[in-house]
Amino acid sequence: MQDTSHTDSAVDGRGYAHPEVLVTTQWVADHLNDSSIRIIESNEDPLVYRAGHITGAVEVDWARDLNDQVRRDYLDQPAFEALMRRIGVDHDTTVVFYGDRNNWWATYAFWVFQLYGHTNAKIMDGGRQKWEAEGRELTREEPRVTPSHYVAPKRNDAEIRAFRDQVLRHVESERPLVDVRSPQEFRGELLHMPDYPNEGSLRGGHVPGAKNVPWASAVADDGTFKEAARLREIYESTNGLSPADDVVTYCRIGERSSHTWFVLTYLLGYERVRNYDGSWTEWGNLVGVPIETGA
Amino acid sequence: MSGLDDVADTLELLDRNDRIDFLIDIADRFHEVPGEIATRPFGDEHKVPACESEAYVWATGRTDGTLDFHFAVENPQGISAKAMAVLLGEHLSGAPLEEVEALDGEIVYKIFGRELSMGKTMGLMGMVSMVASSAKKAQTRIA
Repeated sequence: MQDTSHTDSAVDGRGYAHPEVLVTTQWVADHLNDSSIRIIESNEDPLVYRAGHITGAVEVDWARDLNDQVRRDYLDQPAFEALMRRIGVDHDTTVVFYGDRNNWWATYAFWVFQLYGHTNAKIMDGGRQKWEAEGRELTREEPRVTPSHYVAPKRNDAEIRAFRDQVLRHVESERPLVDVRSPQEFRGELLHMPDYPNEGSLRGGHVPGAKNVPWASAVADDGTFKEAARLREIYESTNGLSPADDVVTYCRIGERSSHTWFVLTYLLGYERVRNYDGSWTEWGNLVGVPIETGA
Repeated sequence: MSGLDDVADTLELLDRNDRIDFLIDIADRFHEVPGEIATRPFGDEHKVPACESEAYVWATGRTDGTLDFHFAVENPQGISAKAMAVLLGEHLSGAPLEEVEALDGEIVYKIFGRELSMGKTMGLMGMVSMVASSAKKAQTRIA
């Protein structure tokens, strides 16, 4: 599934289905000069990278680099190819993502990279929070990057991305959905955030049948992912999911749900998980679809 | 036009990287609320609602009736919140209360650009809102 040539033995023993997708901060610190690895920082706050980043890390910004600037969509094939060339990534380069907000945007970038099949990809467990808490070095020096000759394949949305009509059929066939937003958003008490109508919705609530498992349920206090046994308790014992399920995750715009998509797919080994990036900003405004409110 | 508007107008003209570097330089001037005004644990009444950087705002009165503004930002990754705190503190401390009260959340977009995420915008607008409401309360007391 993923690159197994660069694995971190410190992640073994935590029970993950695909431990090869996670590396520790120590592993990253030990590989700063490894030319086969490109460290990528993806943040919510656009100031954070330039204020100090891991030596050699390049920035991939969710709004500037990953989103199409005209349509509500992700970057197209030429744009992805240009991005990979700019950040010096070849097909055999292992990319390691990290970022602020407990790796929200790192997992989001990871997910977009998987739309283009770049499976040599990992997440630094704990993200910036853990790196900083450990007092590790940050620099403001721009890395020198030699552009690559990356040739991008056609984007494949079919496997890990869900669209609204697919979600409607998913609801009608009573397959599981995971709403990773806050309980207030899930219950329909928040239509949009105060002073921020741009990501608002006409109606509050959730997609019928969805389970509310906030994304942060998967994260320990130090920002790392919880061990697999604890994750199974949360997603399976408490919320009734099963690795054989066909699961759709969603939030408001698809970034928080990419975090849960990562957990279910790689840490727990679910074979069919799709992220509905239209999420509540689409579903809550969509004509002709049902919603539910309350807990 | 206030000094804050001048800064915002300047920032609006910069490209992304220049704007970010300018704001980082501003954030580097951040000084936490002095101990004689507040110490940890900070009171919830000073906490900016919905701010993921865990920002806090205090307003203290001057003899002329204007206010000084002080801030804390508990999240070490809250660089934008620190920049916002410096700008609000430097340009609105001692400013006429009606000018502070009239502060519009839209200034967040002028300073940081429109690419901000929902969460980041909410927190920064929350800081602006708390400063403005402090001025409104002070005006009410004077009246």
